[in-house]
Amino acid sequence: MNLTENNENKAICSSEIDASCRLPLLALFGGAALWLVLGLALGIVAMLSFHQPDMFADCSCLTYGHAQTAANDLLLYGFVMPAALGVILWIFARLSQVTLVLPIVPVVAANLWHLGVFVGTVTILFGGSTGHPWLEYPRAAAVLLFAAFMLISVSAAATLGFRTHRELYPSHWFLLAGLLWFVWSYGTANLFLVGNHPPRGVVQAVIGWWLTNNLLFVWLALAGIGIAFYFLPKIVGKPLASSGYALFGFLTLIFFGTWVGIPPSAPVPAWLPTVSAFGALLSIIPVIALGIVAMKTVCCAKVPCVGGSFCFIKFGVLSFVVSSLLYIGEFCPRASRVLDFTWFNVGVTQWQLLGFAGMILCGAIYEILPRVMGKELPFAKLAKLNFFLFAGGTLLFVIPLLIGGVEQGMKLRDANIPFADASAVALKFLRISTTGQLLVLLGALCLLLNILVMTIQWKLGLVKTVVSVVKDSLIEGSAYQPLPGDKEAKS
Amino acid sequence: MKTGFSVFLAAFVALGLSWCGLVYGPLKQLGGAQETTVLQSTDKWPVQRTGDATLGLQVYRANGCAACHTELVHQTGAANVLTLTDIGVHKAADLKDFTTSLLGTVSELTTASNTVVANLAGWNGELPKVIYSGADDTVVSMLGDKFKAVGVKTEARVIATGADIARGWGTRQSVAADYLYDSPVQFGSLRAGPDLANIGVRAPDLNWQLQHLYAPRSLVKNSTMPAFRYLFTVKKIGAQPAPDALVLPKEFSPATGFEVVPTDEARQLAAYLVSLKNNAPLYEAPFTPITAAK
Ligand code: HEC
Repeated sequence: MNLTENNENKAICSSEIDASCRLPLLALFGGAALWLVLGLALGIVAMLSFHQPDMFADCSCLTYGHAQTAANDLLLYGFVMPAALGVILWIFARLSQVTLVLPIVPVVAANLWHLGVFVGTVTILFGGSTGHPWLEYPRAAAVLLFAAFMLISVSAAATLGFRTHRELYPSHWFLLAGLLWFVWSYGTANLFLVGNHPPRGVVQAVIGWWLTNNLLFVWLALAGIGIAFYFLPKIVGKPLASSGYALFGFLTLIFFGTWVGIPPSAPVPAWLPTVSAFGALLSIIPVIALGIVAMKTVCCAKVPCVGGSFCFIKFGVLSFVVSSLLYIGEFCPRASRVLDFTWFNVGVTQWQLLGFAGMILCGAIYEILPRVMGKELPFAKLAKLNFFLFAGGTLLFVIPLLIGGVEQGMKLRDANIPFADASAVALKFLRISTTGQLLVLLGALCLLLNILVMTIQWKLGLVKTVVSVVKDSLIEGSAYQPLPGDKEAKS
Repeated sequence: MKTGFSVFLAAFVALGLSWCGLVYGPLKQLGGAQETTVLQSTDKWPVQRTGDATLGLQVYRANGCAACHTELVHQTGAANVLTLTDIGVHKAADLKDFTTSLLGTVSELTTASNTVVANLAGWNGELPKVIYSGADDTVVSMLGDKFKAVGVKTEARVIATGADIARGWGTRQSVAADYLYDSPVQFGSLRAGPDLANIGVRAPDLNWQLQHLYAPRSLVKNSTMPAFRYLFTVKKIGAQPAPDALVLPKEFSPATGFEVVPTDEARQLAAYLVSLKNNAPLYEAPFTPITAAK
């Protein structure tokens, strides 16, 4: 490509690269942390409906159907996506050994993205959801998200194009594929379902399932594992265990994983769920393969973990393997007969979003922020606390849902047990799970506080510099004036 | 995977294949679906909704009812059922003996013998009485013929089985055709509340639906369904009470001198709920409706 420029850039040092990412990353991470806190809080508010069904009877905004939907979307579109995009930009710049290309573009894009999330959330709370799972944002919000994603992808791809090493690193495969993945699946689904002429009948649901799987399973895996494969070798100080295995995992993930999604009980032609069940079975391969690569990379590393980024990312990878296997299990016809339409499903999704993607992203953010800002985290202790709150909270949040879901499913299958009893079982577990949600929320507050204080410190620093520059020039200017002392001396 | 292009190509092909299979394929196969006809009838299915019910689907969407309710009935299988409807001049005890002897002598019936005997144990002649329910349709026709010969009337039916059906959530499994007029299609993903695919048959009363939306606990004890009071207005009673004001039990009614009137949205939502039925036998999901039995 641009050879001369490449040669010039070789001399660039990491701190310059980091500094070039500062503005876009602050915009992406700051917003993401804020949405995470709001999303978790809204999720807890939604859960209150189960403990006190009359609570929001007069307040349409916070009724369960609104709050829960908005909360889910905030986690995926508000937190996971922008945070992942920020990390991707930084990784691409670091791997390319060049400063971020067009840094202003992702700054604009970040704001568009957050505007889109805001519009979408407000619309859902006021009853404007499209009614398609994970695609609830109305057209205006979807267009904003799509445009923002495209802009960030352009900046990322350009940064990749200027790389000094021609050969791609395994993280590149995952993250690059992730960029294409979202654009295509989100674009397609919106065109068909939120466009002017949605298809008739169950095709809508099939497209919805296709999208859900491609976002929640494949996209999250691409982004999360891509990021983990960058940081794990860095942290333990040795190369990724096996590029060959990683490639194998990557290819099997994109070729098999994308076929999952149609539940076995769906009222659609039988070949669709059958294909999905096969896809799910084959998807066990990449999950295990990627897990092994990560495990081999970190094993026998003498790096202490104590709540730092390493902990976050290790926990995230472990969550990836477990939550993916549970997710795949849901597509086994036998299991689905029990698990269909129970809290199990909810638990698995939250595990994927918070336990896997959220964990890895938090770890990555704590690793990146100090570099990008050129100073230590203001509350390093809170970052550690964040890990324990997240890890404990996620497990406490998710595991009761899984167990409660299985129990609920068993009871629902037996028509002699009244429906109310089957629900009552789940309610017991929901109480514990709401406690877990609270812990995760506290953890998210730690993240938000760190990012917020860093941003404010940095802005204050800017103001100080400006003030001192102005002061200097004033003083310089005042040199021409007689000093007060001179006056006195004269008089 | 040395160059960006090869990665891009791999991802493009992988996603493209699944796009063709799971988006384009179903669009071609199902996108042009037309309404079907109900089995042994000329009625069309699904029934076109009234204007109010069509609007009600949007109210259902807007309020996120699908977060707690599914509209999708499962069935695990089908069963052939033989029911006694009229035993003529015979006594219950005699008929029992007759049946037992049949079971011993006719070879086709031996497999069903345990079920039938168990069904008839403790039977005192009340009708209709299910005497056989199982997979074997020769048992049903054979027993039916033998009974007919002695002047006993029976009814043979095919029914769907499974927990959902037993709970009264439907008469058969949901099939693609049921959702032809839904946009968006809202299967739902969690059964925090009962399945609603057949609620129009189970609770066809609009007033019941409205009252249930306003105060679920006034109809279902300890219901965990959230109340949707914001779909109603509480007004001062004018010269005359409004004709559509809800009739509520004391602890749920507003202050004296006030009445609860459903908004248009509530009325549309109730109309939609009442339109949800899963009671037509289709080619893909056959069963014998009660009225059509011989
Ligand atoms: C928080 C979960 C939740 C939400 C949201 C919810 N429901 Fe329910 N619903 C329930 C539960 C639990 C029951 C069972 C108890 C009862 O009948 O009140 C129920 C019962 C029902 C029933 C009676 C079903 C039967 O078999 O008797 C209808 C009809 C109904 N809901 C309609 C709606 C509509 C319409 C909405 C949206 C405006 C809605 N529900 C929103 C939880 C919910």
